[in-house]
Amino acid sequence: MFGPEQGHFALALACVLALVQFAVPLWGASRRDARLVGLAPYLAVSQLIALGYSFLCLIMCAVGDDFSVQNVAANSAVSKPLLYKITGVWGNHEGSVLLWTLILAACGGAVSLFGRNLPDILRGRVLAILGGVSAGFQMFCLLTSDPFERVFPAPMDGQGMNPLLQDPGLAFHPPILYTGYVGFAVPFAFAVAALIEGRVDAAWGRWVRPWAVAAWCFLTCGIALGSWWSYYVLGWGGYWFWDPVENASLIPWLTGTALVHSAIVVEKREGLKIWTVLLAIATFSFSLSGTFLVRSGILNSVHAFANDPARGVFILALLAIVIGGSLALFAWRAPSLTSTGLFSPISREGSLVLNNILLCSICAVVVTGTMYPPFMQLLAGRTISVGKPFFDAATIPLTLPLLLAMGVGTALPWKRAQLARTFSHLYAAAGIAAIGVVLCFWRLSGIMPIACGALAIWVIAASASDVLRRIGIGHTSPRGVWERMKNLPRSSWGAALAHIGAGITVLGLCGMSQAQHAIVEIHIGETRSLGGDAWTLLDVHDYIGPNYKAMQADLAIRHNGKLVTILHPEKRDFTTQSQTTTEVAIHTNFITDLYGVIGDRHGTGKDTTYVLRLHRNPLAPWMWLGGLVMAIGGAFSLSDRRMRIGAPKRAAARNMARA
Amino acid sequence: MTRKTRRLWIVIACLACVGSAAALTLRAFSSNIVFFMAPSQVKASPPSPDRPIRLGGMVMAGSLHRINENGTPVNAFQVTDGQAAVEVHYTGILPDLFREGQSVVALGTVQKDGGFTASEVLAKHDETYMPKEVADELKRTGKWDPRFGKAPDASSWDTMTAKKAGG
Repeated sequence: MFGPEQGHFALALACVLALVQFAVPLWGASRRDARLVGLAPYLAVSQLIALGYSFLCLIMCAVGDDFSVQNVAANSAVSKPLLYKITGVWGNHEGSVLLWTLILAACGGAVSLFGRNLPDILRGRVLAILGGVSAGFQMFCLLTSDPFERVFPAPMDGQGMNPLLQDPGLAFHPPILYTGYVGFAVPFAFAVAALIEGRVDAAWGRWVRPWAVAAWCFLTCGIALGSWWSYYVLGWGGYWFWDPVENASLIPWLTGTALVHSAIVVEKREGLKIWTVLLAIATFSFSLSGTFLVRSGILNSVHAFANDPARGVFILALLAIVIGGSLALFAWRAPSLTSTGLFSPISREGSLVLNNILLCSICAVVVTGTMYPPFMQLLAGRTISVGKPFFDAATIPLTLPLLLAMGVGTALPWKRAQLARTFSHLYAAAGIAAIGVVLCFWRLSGIMPIACGALAIWVIAASASDVLRRIGIGHTSPRGVWERMKNLPRSSWGAALAHIGAGITVLGLCGMSQAQHAIVEIHIGETRSLGGDAWTLLDVHDYIGPNYKAMQADLAIRHNGKLVTILHPEKRDFTTQSQTTTEVAIHTNFITDLYGVIGDRHGTGKDTTYVLRLHRNPLAPWMWLGGLVMAIGGAFSLSDRRMRIGAPKRAAARNMARA
Repeated sequence: MTRKTRRLWIVIACLACVGSAAALTLRAFSSNIVFFMAPSQVKASPPSPDRPIRLGGMVMAGSLHRINENGTPVNAFQVTDGQAAVEVHYTGILPDLFREGQSVVALGTVQKDGGFTASEVLAKHDETYMPKEVADELKRTGKWDPRFGKAPDASSWDTMTAKKAGG
C-alpha cells in the first residue's frame, strides 16, 4: 500500500499532473475558455494529493526500516528513535527535494482553496506558473535524485544519521525554512501572471500581499530557528556565521521584506508597480538559487551535494529557465505597466521607497560578499574568503538609516506629509530614545553597538507610540480608546508588532556584541570568575546513554555568593560513528544567558584537569524572541479581514466589463 | 510635486544608498578579505602579523600537544601541506571533528617568529571530507592525484618530501 514503488508512481503521476496544470490553464486563458481555466484548481489539488501520497510512502519506508530503499539505507538505522526516522526523511538531499516540491504543491492547493475570490483567469494563470515550477523540480527529483531507488542486496541495517543532526530544533527547521522559501513562489506566480496579463492594479496588490506576508513569516521563523540551533548545538557561543548557506536564506528575506512593504504601495496608492513585480521575481529567484545553487557545490559549503555533475547541470538549466524566463518576460511586458499614484518624497510612500532602497542595498552587499569569493576562485584562481568582519563593516552602517526611517515611516500620512506635524507625534518616542542613548552609553561599548541599540529603542518606542496615538490614548475616554482599539485594523497592529520585533532582535544583537567568554583548564573544586559571576566546577562523572558514552560536569554559578544555577554540560561519544558531540548547558533569565561547555579531560588521579568554555551572553534570547515577535506581527496582519477578503467586487465588476 | 521631480528624488536616494553601499563594500573588502594560504606559502612569503589569513592543510600525526599558560589551555599542533609545516597555537576547545591526520582550516595571524596563532579552527562535518582549498593545494604540489584513490595519510607527507630531497 505504501511501498516505494507506489511512492515512485505517485511522484511520476504528480509530475504529469503538474505538466498538465502548467499547459492547460495557460492555453485556456489565451483562448478565454472558462472551462479549461476552471480545471486548474482541480489539477492543483490532485497534484498535491499525489505528491502527499508519495511523501507518505517515503516516510513509511523510513519508519518501517525498509533498507532495500537506498535513501533509507544511507540515512536511517534500526536503532534510531521514531521521531528522527520521520524527520530524517528530509535530512538528506533526495528527501529534501521531495519535501520542497510537496510544499510547492501545497502552495498551489492553498491558492485553489483560499483564492476563490480571485478572477478565474488570474487564478488559472497563477496555478499554471506554480505547476510549471513544480513539474521542473519533480522531474529533477525523478531523473537525478530519485528518493525511492532500490538497492540490491538490501543491507541488514542502515548507516545511521549524523548525531549532530539528531536534534528537535534541526528536525523542524527545514520544513519551516522551505515553506518560507517556497511560499515566495506564489507572489512570483502572481507577478508572472500579471505580466502575461499586462495589468497590475490595487486589487492585484491586495491579493499578492497576504501570500508574501505568509511566506515572510515562515522565512523569519526558519532563519531564527536555524540561528538558535547553531547557538545551542554547535557550542561555539555564536549564532550567525555568515556562511553561504545562511546568507542564502538572508538574501530572500531582505528582498521579501522589501516586497511586503512595496506591495502596500501598490495596494493603497497604485504606485511602484513595476518595482513590486520585479521584487516578487527577484525574491523567488533568490530563494531558488539559495536552496539549490548553494547545494550544487558552486559555492564552497559544508552542505554541498553535487558529487554528481548531472544534478548540477540539471539544476542550473532549471534555474536558467525559471529565472531567465521570468526576467525576459519582465523586460518585454513591464513597460506596459504604468504607475498612477503621485506622492511627495516626505510621505508614507516616500518612506516605503526608502525602506526598499535600503533593504536592496543591504541585499546587494550580502550578495556581493557571498558571490565574490567563488568568482575570484573561478577567474583569478585565488582562494579567498570574507567573513564576519566584512559583513559587519559593510551592512551595519546601512542598517542605521533603515532603523531611523522605521520609526518615522509609520507616523507619516500617505501622499504628502508635514514634517513638523509628524515630529510632534514623535516627541515622546524621541524622549525615550534619548534615555536609550544614555542607557546604551552606560551598558554598551563600541560606536556601532551604541548607535544600533539606541536606534532599536527608538524603533520600539516610535512603533508603540504610533499605535497608542491611533487608539487615542490621552485624547479620548477609556471607552473611546476601547472602541478605537477594536476599530484599528489588525494590519496596523501587525505592522507595529513586526517593527517592535525587529527592534528587539537588534537589541539582542547589540547585547551579544558585548558577550564575554573564557576558556579555562581547572581541577575539580576550582573556581573562575567571568563577568561578575563565580563559576565552580563541582564534579564530573561519566554515564552511558542509549547509543553513546557521556561525560557530564556539574558547574555551579554564584553571583555575590548566591547560587544562581548548576549547569550540566556534556560531551558525548558516539562509538558506532566514532564521533563526539558537545551538549551545551544554558541557563537563561531572558536578560543574560550563562552558557557552559565541557571540553577534554587531561591527566589522571588528583592531577585531572578539565577544559571548560564559559560564556556570558547578554540579551541573547532577544535575538530569536524578536524574530518570533516579527512573525507574530505578520500573522496578525494576515488575520486582518481586509487581507482575507481582498477586493472581489471590484475585480468581478471589471472582469464583467471586459468580457 | 510632478512626476519628474519625484523621479529625481527617487534617483537621488537610489544613488546615495547604492553609492554608500558600494563604498562600504569596497572599504570592507580592502581590509577584511581573508586569503587562503598553505603552509609552504606561509613559509615562502609570510604575511604581516596584523593581516588575518586562513591556513589550511593536514594536522600532522603525533604533533598535537598542550601547553598550559596560567590556567588557559593552549593547543599546539603542526599543519602541513607536504612541503612545509607550520606550528599552530590555538586557545580553546578544538572542534569535535578535529583529528590528527585529517584536514583542518585555521583562521588567524602569522606571528613574527613564524608561528601561527589561530582564533578559530574548523574541522569539517565529515571524516572523509577534505576542504576544497586543501585538496587543491595537495593536487598543485603533486602530493595527491585524485585519479589514484584517496589522499595519502598526512603523517607520511613530510617523510615523502624528505625522501625526495634526500634521494
